[in-house]
Amino acid sequence: MENFPWLTVMMVVPLVGAALIAALPAAMAERAKELALAFSLATLAVGVGSVAQFDRNAISQFQLSEIHEWIPSFGVSYALGVDGISLTLILLALILTPVCILAAWHDVPEGGTREKNYFAWTLLLLTFMVGVFAATDVFLFYVFFEAMLIPVYFLIGGYGGPGRQAAALKFLLFSLAGGLVMLAAVIGLYFQGPGGKEGFLISNLTGLDIDPTVAKWLWVGFFIAFAVKAPMWPVHTWLPDAAGVAKPATATLLVGVLDKVGTYGMLRFCLQLFPEASKWATPVVIALAVVSIFYGAFAAIAQNDMMRLISYTSISHFGLIVLGIFAMTSVSGAGSTLYMINHGFSTAGLFLIAGMLIARHGSTKISDYGGWQRVTPILAGTFLISGLSSLALPGLSSFVSEVLVIIGTFSRYRGVASIAVLAIVLAAIYILWMYKRLMTGPKPDGVEAKDLNWREKWVVAPLIASFLILGVYPKPVLDVLNPAVQRVLTEVGVSDPVPVVPAAVSTGSEK
Amino acid sequence: MSTLLTQIAMESTTSSDAVSMAGWLLIALPLAGAAILLLGGKATNSFGPAMATGLSWASFGLGVVALLQLAAVDPEQRSTHQVLFDWIPAGAFNLQAGLQIDTLSISFVMLITFVGSLIHVYSLGYMSHDPDKRRFFAYLNLFVASMLLLVLADSYLLLFVGWEGVGLASYLLIGFWNHNPAYATAANKAFWVNRVGDIGLALAISLMFATFGAVDFASVDAGVGGASSAALTAIGLLLLLGACGKSAQFPLQSWLGDAMAGPTPVSALIHAATMVTAGVYLVVRSHAIFEGAPNAQLAVAVVGAITLTYGAIVGCAKDDIKKALAASTMSQIGYMMLAAGLGPIGYAFAIFHLITHGFFKAGMFLGAGSVMHGMHDQVDMRRFGDLGKYMKITWITFGLGWLAILGVPPFSGFWSKDKIIEAAFVGEGWRPWVFGLAALLGAGVTAFYMSRLFFMTFHGKARWTDDPPQHPHESPLTMTVPMMVLAVGSAALGLILGPTNIFSNWLEPVTGHHEHHEPVIAVPVLMAATLILVALGAGLAWVRYGRDEVPVNAPAGNALTQAARKDLYQDDLNEAIFMWPGIKLVRSVIWTDNELVDGGAMGLGKLTGAASTRLRRLQNGYARSYALTMLAGVVTVLGALWVMN
Repeated sequence: MENFPWLTVMMVVPLVGAALIAALPAAMAERAKELALAFSLATLAVGVGSVAQFDRNAISQFQLSEIHEWIPSFGVSYALGVDGISLTLILLALILTPVCILAAWHDVPEGGTREKNYFAWTLLLLTFMVGVFAATDVFLFYVFFEAMLIPVYFLIGGYGGPGRQAAALKFLLFSLAGGLVMLAAVIGLYFQGPGGKEGFLISNLTGLDIDPTVAKWLWVGFFIAFAVKAPMWPVHTWLPDAAGVAKPATATLLVGVLDKVGTYGMLRFCLQLFPEASKWATPVVIALAVVSIFYGAFAAIAQNDMMRLISYTSISHFGLIVLGIFAMTSVSGAGSTLYMINHGFSTAGLFLIAGMLIARHGSTKISDYGGWQRVTPILAGTFLISGLSSLALPGLSSFVSEVLVIIGTFSRYRGVASIAVLAIVLAAIYILWMYKRLMTGPKPDGVEAKDLNWREKWVVAPLIASFLILGVYPKPVLDVLNPAVQRVLTEVGVSDPVPVVPAAVSTGSEK
Repeated sequence: MSTLLTQIAMESTTSSDAVSMAGWLLIALPLAGAAILLLGGKATNSFGPAMATGLSWASFGLGVVALLQLAAVDPEQRSTHQVLFDWIPAGAFNLQAGLQIDTLSISFVMLITFVGSLIHVYSLGYMSHDPDKRRFFAYLNLFVASMLLLVLADSYLLLFVGWEGVGLASYLLIGFWNHNPAYATAANKAFWVNRVGDIGLALAISLMFATFGAVDFASVDAGVGGASSAALTAIGLLLLLGACGKSAQFPLQSWLGDAMAGPTPVSALIHAATMVTAGVYLVVRSHAIFEGAPNAQLAVAVVGAITLTYGAIVGCAKDDIKKALAASTMSQIGYMMLAAGLGPIGYAFAIFHLITHGFFKAGMFLGAGSVMHGMHDQVDMRRFGDLGKYMKITWITFGLGWLAILGVPPFSGFWSKDKIIEAAFVGEGWRPWVFGLAALLGAGVTAFYMSRLFFMTFHGKARWTDDPPQHPHESPLTMTVPMMVLAVGSAALGLILGPTNIFSNWLEPVTGHHEHHEPVIAVPVLMAATLILVALGAGLAWVRYGRDEVPVNAPAGNALTQAARKDLYQDDLNEAIFMWPGIKLVRSVIWTDNELVDGGAMGLGKLTGAASTRLRRLQNGYARSYALTMLAGVVTVLGALWVMN
């Protein structure tokens, strides 16, 4: 199995599924979702198989590598590979896709071609999501980075709620603007490298001796694209619009997985390829991250639309992730990379369960609800658990990552961390206040709705399992992330702040 | 470095294998109960409450085993560290999950599981008609498990898990009847105020990692000697902030009164006997830090003294029996905080008072619940009166708790609270006078408001409402038996543990030995003064609320009474300082987002949009135009590369 092209297969399986579904005759359109689920589960199986091949102590940065010439005259290769960070993000995409497909079961009630295409686009998106995280060629990364926009554009613009066209266009234009800037930086970077047939490989572009001014410009080019994607203040405004009108399943994949390309890109490209420029820009990035944390949280508190509210919480959480990345410590880095995974799951819980509520009552407005704990207790309970995970309640997954970001950032920037930690109060406010308005109060009159059915329970169960498992025993994931984070930090050439008192004693800190 | 090594050596000798019992089971049993009840759904309705109660008792049984195992070895061996698993290995941060079973934690285990189990039993009766009874017991079990984790954890971060776990249980139980919007708000308020405190704990943990490179108790204690006093002071103050949130201490006390929205067994267990005392545990557990930071220690004592006075004043004005008891809880925890802030002389008494308080206050809350049970959930004491005749068991058991909190010899409070008053008078300069007098006068005020509560409820003329007509009656045995057991504890626990110094000696391996110091006023004088003040307070209460007629509508009262009824304007202050500016901030963010940020970005977007409109005219649709743009872009790039090559 050593030379088995795991990553290519992970992209081909959903691609074949998408093609198959798109080619289904109209009479068989209702089979589309079952096919989509089967293909997404098959992809997940391949992904799980690939994990067994992954060696977290490997010497080379990327594993499961595949390199083929693609356009040798331009230095472009079809090069795939993963380290701990990209592997876990791919797994996140692989797990969330079948969950989202199951959640989207009745998203297109009119059926027919429209329904078929909906699931085909979703599978195509999975192909691109795997590709963007697996690409180890900068140009290939760029291609996937842009290609992802196409299925998302159609999923939002074709299937969203009122205002979908405008929101989809806004999403596209923001991403496109960022992407074009990055394209310029990609080309610029190529000319700084050794060139040749494999001139775009990350490994050939790491550790270059670039003129500082040029490096800064290139860094800015990459960073803008990633900041739009992440999304960071002030280029975040497309997200609440896009996620607010999108189907919950689309919003989940968009915010939970796709946006992680932003923070992933900061680690992989900004930090690894331009260490000095990254250090140069750190104060600005940290300031923007802190603004995002509070801006997103305050805006979330003010929302009366649950989908928009959840979107704004993500802006706040992304701020914390970026903060942890640019604090550049092994602790905050591990926290941020773990946060990317945990945030994906807890946002999925919030978006998808909110979607189930909306499916029952027809409104996204929080003020149209109240007392639903008495109507649908399981729905309310699972929503609360997702919310608690989002507000980083200890025992649930986000806690570990959030506390690592704060502890790690604190060890380098005490003032910044002391401010950022206020987010834990704001998170409690926006989550629990939303829960209060939706679920508590007297049972609403004349409302009849069934509680979660079996399909919906299967959507929720893996998410809650992830909160608990990653909350109580995050070690398996952290063990995979740690070496990858350390490697990036080594490339940047930073080392952790040393504790004031050497207390390497006793139980906790041995080894 | 050599001192560090000796400390390490000492550390390893004090940790032994005295306790062979699997400590994790203590936590796992009630946790399993919560999981079964929540996941099992209606299928567990029939046996769920009984099973939850049984699991809580099982945990108590295991706790007794651990206690006996500890007691069987020499005092210096009475500490066991059990490593559970590698919890968070993240770069330089490497933490195992483990349990610290020593005399301090096992004392808490006893309190939590014993009182907790009794309250499970009581709830079998109290909640028997509630349709959501199963969920209630699930939350109670969740609480017990979290609280045990809090006191058994071997690191500050694991403690934090239990710390927020009890906060969650508290939130869920305060809002248990959240179909009443006010109760849902009370639940949120409790969680939010606690989160403000959690900022302190989170930053304290961060600062510990930055200072010591570790956050487990053993490493932190070992490193204290090498840390600067500025760092220790900062850690101490941050821990104090956390403690203030959880233990409803000034200035984070505002949530406790509202928390009485929860069912009364919850008020007894969580908001009187156990959870709210976690802050005291945190301070005592961190005594090494506070001893290296005298200013932080002083802050603890100051906070305790302020809160004990504050709670006592508020307690005098409340007519809602549960809110009066809540104010009393706040005040009594103030005593414990004060003791914990006095240093080694006070630790054992802080914990001792915490334990006796756990018994008598839980007992009185259960008594209040029994009264409400017999009076159609009436809580206004002005509508009680003369209930002693109709609810004999409640009257007697409550009476024992009342004598205990007053500090009448030989009841429990006498042994624990008077010791705190004595210890507060030890020292030099202004401190013994300020802290001592606060504690002493507080005892008198306590006697007044508790006697007021007792007489208004059980004595005087009946002032019951007619609608619905009241037929006060004694509660069933499931409720009265736990009350009796707690009453026995209120009466006798102090006498058993106090005069013999068993308890102080028992805690010594954790809290350290302290030399005896004489207070600035002779002990017999102090005792006499305390008793006289208590008698005066109780006597005044008798005259005004036992002998004289109690008006059913509260008289207007003077300015202080009015302020005390409103918790000394705490909520108004919080609203003025935090809530209204917060709302303004939120509104301005939304305005900025819509008008400036999005406006600016969309202005750019419109320019781009205009360009794409032109493309769209050529291509009939955004997506195609986009695809074309992309294709054109790629072609341009490739062309450029080709030319350059």
